[in-house]
Amino acid sequence: MTPSAYSTNEIMTIAAARLLKNGAVCFVGIGLPSTAANLARLTHAPEIVLIYESGPIGAKPPVLPLSIGDGNLAETADTVVSTPEIFRYWLQGGRVDVGFLGAAQIDRFANINTTVIGDYKKPLTRLPGAGGAPEIASCAGEVVLVMKQSARAFVRKLDFVTSVGHLDGGDARRRLNLPGKGPIAVVTDLCLMVPDPVSKELTVTQLHPGISTEQIRKATEWEIRFAPELMETPVPSKTELETLRDLERRTRVAQGNFTAA
Amino acid sequence: MAEITTLREAVEGLVRDGDVVAMEGFTHLIPFAAGHEVIRQQRKNLTLVRMTPDVIYDQLIGADCARKLIFSWGGNPGVGSLHRLRDAVERDWPAPLEIQEHGHGDLSNAYVAGASNLPFAVLRAYAGSDLPKHNDKIKFIQCPFTGETLAAVPSIRPDVTMIHAQKADRKGNVLLWGILGVQKEAALAAKKTIVTVEEIVDELNAWPNACILPRWTLSAVCRVPGGAFPSYAHGYYERDNRFYQAWDGIARDRDTFQKWIQAHILDTDNFDEFRRVLGESVSQEK
Repeated sequence: MTPSAYSTNEIMTIAAARLLKNGAVCFVGIGLPSTAANLARLTHAPEIVLIYESGPIGAKPPVLPLSIGDGNLAETADTVVSTPEIFRYWLQGGRVDVGFLGAAQIDRFANINTTVIGDYKKPLTRLPGAGGAPEIASCAGEVVLVMKQSARAFVRKLDFVTSVGHLDGGDARRRLNLPGKGPIAVVTDLCLMVPDPVSKELTVTQLHPGISTEQIRKATEWEIRFAPELMETPVPSKTELETLRDLERRTRVAQGNFTAA
Repeated sequence: MAEITTLREAVEGLVRDGDVVAMEGFTHLIPFAAGHEVIRQQRKNLTLVRMTPDVIYDQLIGADCARKLIFSWGGNPGVGSLHRLRDAVERDWPAPLEIQEHGHGDLSNAYVAGASNLPFAVLRAYAGSDLPKHNDKIKFIQCPFTGETLAAVPSIRPDVTMIHAQKADRKGNVLLWGILGVQKEAALAAKKTIVTVEEIVDELNAWPNACILPRWTLSAVCRVPGGAFPSYAHGYYERDNRFYQAWDGIARDRDTFQKWIQAHILDTDNFDEFRRVLGESVSQEK
């Protein structure tokens, strides 16, 4: 399969889905993380447990939910609990293996901003805010981040630290007693990055097919590090691509009233 | 004790200018009819609390009902920004809006603390986050037993909580199911609670462990079929995604928004009439 046979969004979603292990308990944010988590469930990880912050545990939505509380999440869940219970017993209780999040801005230690662009009191752009991300970033066993890469999003300094990654690097999370390991990978439309084992600075380890290191440098405001030996992301398999496209097509049909508006 | 009454009378009698008002419903069972009635009766200077202020709070904020917002995520789910909320925060229109911002785990815990008659909630969060720098209601405390540093936030104790539910019986006991969000906690944390319901029935026929709010925990129960529209009511109707998308265009422009509020809410008598007028304006667009 040549790089032109799939979009950059598709390989980002597929590369993110591959990181989720079968049977993992996954706390899912809406949008790209939800698409990737459901793709994992429909391909290599049928036993994955998807938790949404509105209350469904073990959701198996037939089409992608538009919001974090769609009816198809409740109808297909193993159980539906209240939102306080989700955060108290399940997330803070240590029952979530992976938190799967997106963000508007990220820095070199995978701290993220979903609050504001510009000054907090006089914002250039007011973003939706924290949602459950600060608690997920603290308490999930580990965190996977998925977001499109650009120099406006991958910034030297966040305008606002909404949810922590590895703070200022090194053993900062341990010093603050954060229960989870924090971000273990960032998947973008260009590459995959992982934190350096010691410094915790994000390091590109894997390029998507056809992507150059120069493209990644241009799409990162800080001077991004590359692993000495870069791997190439395996191209999407026929099954991965067909499953993703079928899921998105089913979603469009089911929400036909949405796209037709 | 719940009085079965009209929504107009409930809001007239129970919601005052300057009150702390919580309207809850996590994507599901959002109390749109109740929010509209607050706009219709032109309540002012409210402190609005809600985990996910979406379209209903965009309407209340744009209609100048609020002076403060306590929240944890503000957006139009599946669509994008809330333009009226952003206009208030970014450009002080129609008036400056003070914001007090939390995370979902925090705010849901704060409702639990309110329902538990405790002064604050405690949770493991916010180490390293900028939120406590901009919200002086988020503090850190030491666990008296282990010495661990934990976050503390004051409990939420609304003057009035408004929620929507599927059913009430003729005495005013309320049953809700599906995605429940934080509605039970918000209702029990409040001094007064108004519940709108899809229908009033002879018997709830609820299973053990069902989510029931006994009538003696509520102030008013009002029958408003479709009262969660354009959100959904599990077992009754689905979310109207077209409305959420159309709202983006309505709310983007101040004049368009004001004309919409005037025609659809201020100039209508109740939620049924709102639905009728909305139906007419949607069919004119086709």
